[in-house]
Formats: sequence, structure tokens, C-alpha cells
Amino acid sequence: MNFVLIFLITIFSLSLFFYGRSKTKSIAIEKNIKLNALPKFYGYYLVLWCSIPSLVFLLIWSLFEPVIIKSIIIETAANQGAIFNDKNEANLIYEKIKAIHLGTYFGDIDSILRESALAYAKFINLFTNSKVVLIFAIVIVSVIYSLKKINKNNKARDDVEIILKGLLFVSSLIAILTTLGIIFSLLFESIKFFSVINIFDYLFGTNWSPQRAFVRDASSITAAEFEELKDAFGFIPLIAGTTFIAFIAMLVAVPIGLFSGIYMAEYASLKIRRISKPIIEILAGIPTVVYGFFAALTVGPFFRQIGENFGLTVSSESALAAGLIMGIMIIPYVSSLSDDVINSVPQSLRDGSYAIGATKSETIKKVVIPAALPGIIGSILLAVSRAIGETMIVVMAAGLAANLTINPLESTTTITTQIVMILVGDQEFDSPKTQSAFALGLTLFIATLILNYIAQRAVKKYREKYD
Amino acid sequence: MTKEQRLKKRHNAEKRFRFYGLASIFFALLFVLILVHNIFSKGSSAFMKTAINVEVFYDKDLLELEPGASEEEILEADFFDITIESLLKVYPAKNMDEEDALIELFTTDAEIEIKKAFLNNKNLIGKKINLEITASDDIDQLHKGNYPRDLPEDRRRISNFQLEIYDVLVENKTITKNFNNYFFKNGDSRDPEIAGIGGALVGSFYSILICLLLAFPVAVLASIYLEEFAPKNKITDFIEININNLAAVPSIVYGLLALQILLATIQLPRSTPLVAGITLALMTLPRIIIPCRASLKAVPPSIREGALAVGASKFQSVFHHVVPLALPGTLSGTIIGLAQALGETAPLILIGMVAFVVDIPSTPIDPSSSLPVQVYLWSESAERGFVEKTSATIMMLLSFLIVMNFLAVYLRQKFEKRWN
Repeated sequence: MNFVLIFLITIFSLSLFFYGRSKTKSIAIEKNIKLNALPKFYGYYLVLWCSIPSLVFLLIWSLFEPVIIKSIIIETAANQGAIFNDKNEANLIYEKIKAIHLGTYFGDIDSILRESALAYAKFINLFTNSKVVLIFAIVIVSVIYSLKKINKNNKARDDVEIILKGLLFVSSLIAILTTLGIIFSLLFESIKFFSVINIFDYLFGTNWSPQRAFVRDASSITAAEFEELKDAFGFIPLIAGTTFIAFIAMLVAVPIGLFSGIYMAEYASLKIRRISKPIIEILAGIPTVVYGFFAALTVGPFFRQIGENFGLTVSSESALAAGLIMGIMIIPYVSSLSDDVINSVPQSLRDGSYAIGATKSETIKKVVIPAALPGIIGSILLAVSRAIGETMIVVMAAGLAANLTINPLESTTTITTQIVMILVGDQEFDSPKTQSAFALGLTLFIATLILNYIAQRAVKKYREKYD
Repeated sequence: MTKEQRLKKRHNAEKRFRFYGLASIFFALLFVLILVHNIFSKGSSAFMKTAINVEVFYDKDLLELEPGASEEEILEADFFDITIESLLKVYPAKNMDEEDALIELFTTDAEIEIKKAFLNNKNLIGKKINLEITASDDIDQLHKGNYPRDLPEDRRRISNFQLEIYDVLVENKTITKNFNNYFFKNGDSRDPEIAGIGGALVGSFYSILICLLLAFPVAVLASIYLEEFAPKNKITDFIEININNLAAVPSIVYGLLALQILLATIQLPRSTPLVAGITLALMTLPRIIIPCRASLKAVPPSIREGALAVGASKFQSVFHHVVPLALPGTLSGTIIGLAQALGETAPLILIGMVAFVVDIPSTPIDPSSSLPVQVYLWSESAERGFVEKTSATIMMLLSFLIVMNFLAVYLRQKFEKRWN
């Protein structure tokens, strides 16, 4: 139905374009007046007025129709005596009713379901009909309005440009809407989570075992269950694991990235630079799932083998393997940014240092790096924020059990791993376990936001200093 | 310490420092090589599959089919008996256990393969034909040399009896390696020998297509607004900061967003390329806007002023002159953004694309997998055959990424104008 409507609107708009163009031409000749814009702009004007309001309406309608119909149907089913205890059962009944309507349901159909299916058919019909009628009304009203404007010989080019400019502005607002969407969706579930679990129990608890939170419905918790829940969601082991793995990653990425950045900015000939820079940047373009696969199947067992040779027990999902591979992934983030930053240190500083007899490396160590330090720290912070938000490497190579340890040979878990583990497969909505994933997401979002903000400020300040 | 010694020491320090830099670059390059080598050496064998030549006799009585049976009758017919009969003829088995072991050498889909051959040539009834039946995963790995046969028998998945048969087959040259069309054609399966990336390829294609259709126009329009029309005020600043921050938000957060808004609130169908495409579009949008704006900014003001001077409106100067000149940079930024989206895994896992989907999706609202998610799924499987399948999927994924990146570089170098 929607496709038919869009098709009709498109066809009608196109014909309006030709109509508007020739109509204004003939008006100009007939009344012997000068048009305020080229005839084609009158065509565009009609097209925009015909299509935009109706399509926007159609989009909004299609977004909300299923949700509204669902709530109405569940209510009517309840009125007819259908019994469901929670949201999942209500959803199940709704799916059944839909399947009956489509003729794809093969189970037993009782009278409640049959009545509800009839009601469903009625509502679908009603909604579709009113949608079509409303869209026609909108098209007619907006076309009549715009035709009137054209007859008055409006400044069509200016008007078209105002509408298009609005369209451009709306496109740039999508970024804000995305941010709002992220904040809303994270906050919404997190607030529910924190209404069950005390935020301090979450922030300072040392035990993370969400699988113990078997309670399906958060509203009906007994005191004993509550105690159980209270210390199942301790955040400390996760943040410890996350920072630990990120720390190992930075131990790899910072020296290697920094040294290659320095070498490329200060020593490398143009030819070496032209070859090696893109190759290092390949490291940032490889999908993280590939690193995860490599870490889990090659690096992990390799470390285990080496450990066995030295008589050490190395878990095959060790923090070391995950951290090392993550560090390699991050090298280009550090190297490219510090390369840029070092390049923008003014040559006069170097020349001054050479003039008093310093060697090149002394100049770099004593003059260039201190001058570039804020920028370098900014690039390292950006790399840290990548490391703590990285998911696939740790999911595949770092282990699942929350485990407070500083032994890099044992397995640890991270915030991102836990989000994936909680949300993969079947989810129970409205259980503290599912909601905890959103609380973790919120924590992660805030942490990376702060890191990015500081990093961007540092880099920007630094740039301004030498501009 | 004399002056000479000090100078020597300083020069040595200089050399060391230089060496560290070179060593770091070398290490990074070495790692790229090791990774690529590791993936290619593991994965290249997945493009071949092992098949065993079997003589199949389409016995009229066992099939209960008459010559000239219709397609429907054939589809209904039971090919199990003749499959077993044919497979058992490969090697003399003495008892039930040995018969089972013999049948285990072949794929579980042997019956379907025999049926398909019959469907292709319906005159085969009552006749004998030699067919290449796909071998089981274990034999496949053994034949490719990936399976250690010197382990003690109780630690092997292949028994001594099966090894004996295998050796005879090799001697008779009835075991062959063919091009593995299943790998490209089939959907996912629990059996490595018939599992393929067909479904994941289609799923990834739809997701990226939707991502392109949504993200590209919005990103271009948004960057035109911000770069050309936006007044310098608080709202514009806020939008800018927002875009920069969004580009650095961890991808898994977009998964949570999709889960809450697209699946729970708007109730789009789970595990589908549609949801994946929208999620990836939201994620890619800021990453496309940033290079788009850079390429718009690179167009010198003289172009705009020239257009304005001959009476064009602001809009005409932008859309007729600036945008066409910035297009190569815009397109290459978009392609690089899409390449990142193609390799993205974490948000797709959250929207349920990890479901086990055997069918190849025909529309973007069918449940499906995608290439990186398939890599994740198979890497969790225990069967040895999935290791080479995973590596081969990574090879496909990497080759797509390489093609896309080359395209981006080519577009930029070929069409982009230098302004100084």
C-alpha cells in the first residue's frame, strides 16, 4: 500500500512539474507580464509542495501505526478475556492474532483469538483507509495552496530555495536526533535498572554475575531475591578488566605508534613515507572481528604453548592476547595523529635547536616532543577511548567470566563483552539482567564521551597555539 | 669522558633512536604480513571441496518411480535407500558398525545430491551413473592435509577403518578435489562441508545498500548545510560538536540504540538487513560528514564568488559549481565509510543477526546474517572445517574492503582538482 501511495505521489508530482512550467509560461504570454522566476522553478515549487508534506506524513504514520494498532489489539484481547501476565505473553498473543489474520496460523483458535483477529482486520482496514484519505487531503490542500501562489506570480526560485534550505537544515539535525536517541535509549532502561539496583551497589560492587538475576519481572521481587540481586551487579571487576586490557593495549600501541609517527614525520624519506603510511593505516581498516579471530585462534593458543614450555598456566583466553592484538589495531590511531601533530610543530623550533649543536634525536626528544605534547596526549586519549569501546576482539579473545585479577595470563572480561553476552540470544525484557546491559552502555558512553572531549580540546588548543 | 667520547655517545644515541623508529614501522608492517599470511594459508583450501566418486544405480524398485515420473513425484520420492546402497558399494563393509563408518565418510546431504542429479536428468531411472558425492568434513580436512593422522585412534574423529578406506580411495584415485560451489551458494549449516556464505553475502549486500541509500544523501545535504549555509551561531556549533562526538562513539552503543528504538519501540523485524542497514547508516553518517565537509571546504571561494558575480543565487552557486567540484572527495569519503560499515560486527550482533539462518534472504526484511557476523559465528564453532571456512570468509571480506578502498583512492586521484 505504501509503495502504491509513494508511486502515485511521485507520478502526480512529476505531472505537476510540467503543468506548472507550461502554465506559468502561458500566464506570462496571456497577461503580458514578466515572470519573477524561470518557469521551471514554478514546476519545482509545485513538486516540493505536493511531495514533501504528504511523504513526511506517510513516514510518521508508518512509524506509529504498528505500535498503536498493537496496543489497541492487546487491550481489546484483554477486554475479551485473554489472560497474559507480562509483556512477553501479550506479544505472543499479538503475534498469534496477526498470524490468524494473515492465514498463517495453524494452532488452535479459540473464540477470544477469533474475535481479536476480526478486530485486528477491522483496525487494519480503518487505519489504511484513513491513511489514504488523509494523504489525499494533504496533497489536495497543499497543491491548491501552491497553485494559488503560482497564479500570483510569486518569486518561485526564492521560495524553492527556502524550502530546500529547510531540507538541508533538517538533514544536519539528524546528527542531533541520533545523539538524543542514544541518550534516551540508554537512560530509559538505565533508570529502570537503577530503580531496582542501588547505583552505589552497581558502582562499587565487586561481584558481577548477572546470570544469577533470574527474576523475570522487576516489579515483584521478594526481599531474599533482592539481596541476591544486590550483589550480582558489581561494576568494579568490569572496569578493572576493561582498563587492564586497555592498559596492555596501550603498552603496545603507544611506543610503537609514537616511534613510527616520529620516524615518519622526522626521518623518513618521501618514498618510504608514501609506502609505509598507507600500510600502517591498513591496520585500522581491518575489521575488528578479523583481529578477534586471529587473537582467539592463533595468538591465544600460541601464548599457551609458550607458557607451557616455561611451566606457566596460560588461559587460552588471556588478557594478554586480547590486549596485544588490540594494541596492534590501535597503532595507526597513535601514529597518524602524532605524525600530524609533530608535522605541525614550527620548523623554527627545530632550527634553533640544531643551531646550538643538538643532534636530530636530541632535538626531537628535548624540543619537538615537549612542544607537541598536548597533541600527542590528545591522540593517546583518543586511542584509549577506542580501546575501551572495542568489542569484537575482547568478546572473542578475552573471556566471559568477571574475574578480578592483574595476572595478564588469566582471562578477564570487559564492559563491552558483558553487553554482548547479556543481549545475545533470547532476551527477557524488563529483567534487571537486560537492563544492566543498558546501564553498562551508558557508563561506556559517558566514559568515551569524556575522553573524546578532553582529547579534542587538547588537540584543538595545541593547533591554535601554532597557527 | 673526552669530547670525542661524548660525541660518539651522542651519535650512538642518535642511531639507536633512529633504529627504534624504523623497528616500530617494521614491526607494524611485519604484523600485517603475518596476519594476511595466517588468514590466507588457513583459508585458501576452503575454496576447494573433497568429493568421492560413487557409482549410483537409480533402481526402479527402490525408488518406487516409473519412467516418465513427474517432477512432483520425484520430489516426493524417497532416495534414502538408493543413497545407502550406492555409498555402501564404495568399500566392502563387514558389519553394521563398519557400514555406519563408511556412510559417515560422506556428507549428510548425499541423498539430496543424488536426488538433484536425478532431477537434472530424469531419464536416469534404471541406469547407473558415476557421481561425485561431497565427502564429510572430517575426510575433507584429512584430504587437504589439515588433519593429523598420526594421533592415537581414540583421540581422532576418524577411525582406523575409515583411514583404511580413505587410503584405498586415494590409491584408486576416486577421491577428488573440486571447486567448492557450496561455499558461495549455500547458507549457513551445522555441517562445515555444506556451509556457505551465500546468505551472509546477500545480507551484507542489502545492509550496505540500505546504509548507502540512507547515509549518503543525508550526509551530503548535512555537510552542504554546515559548510555553505549555516550561520555561525550556537546551534551550528552544537551540531558540529555533536557530529565529532558521534564519530567517536563506540559502535556497540549504536547496537543498543537500534535495540531500544528500532526493535523495541518501532518494532521493525529482528535480525534483518533492514535494521542492520539503518543502524549502520546512523553509525556511518558522522564518519561520512567529516570528509564531505573537508572536500567542500577545499573548493576555493573564487568559484563561489565567480558564480555569484554572474547572477547565480547562493543555491545555484553551491549546487551548480561547488558540489560537482567536491563530488570526488565526497564519494571517496562515502566509500571509505561504507567499507567500515561492511566490517562492523558488534551492533549487528545486538540486533540479532547472530541467529542461525539457513535460508538465503530474498528481501531486506528476511532474517539474515552478514559477512563479519558469519566470521564471528563460525569462529565459535568447534568443528575443524569451520576454521578454514572462517578464514575464507575473512578473505572475501578483506578483498571487498581492498576493492572499495582502491576505488576511493582512484576516485580521489583521478577526478579531484588540486587548487594550488
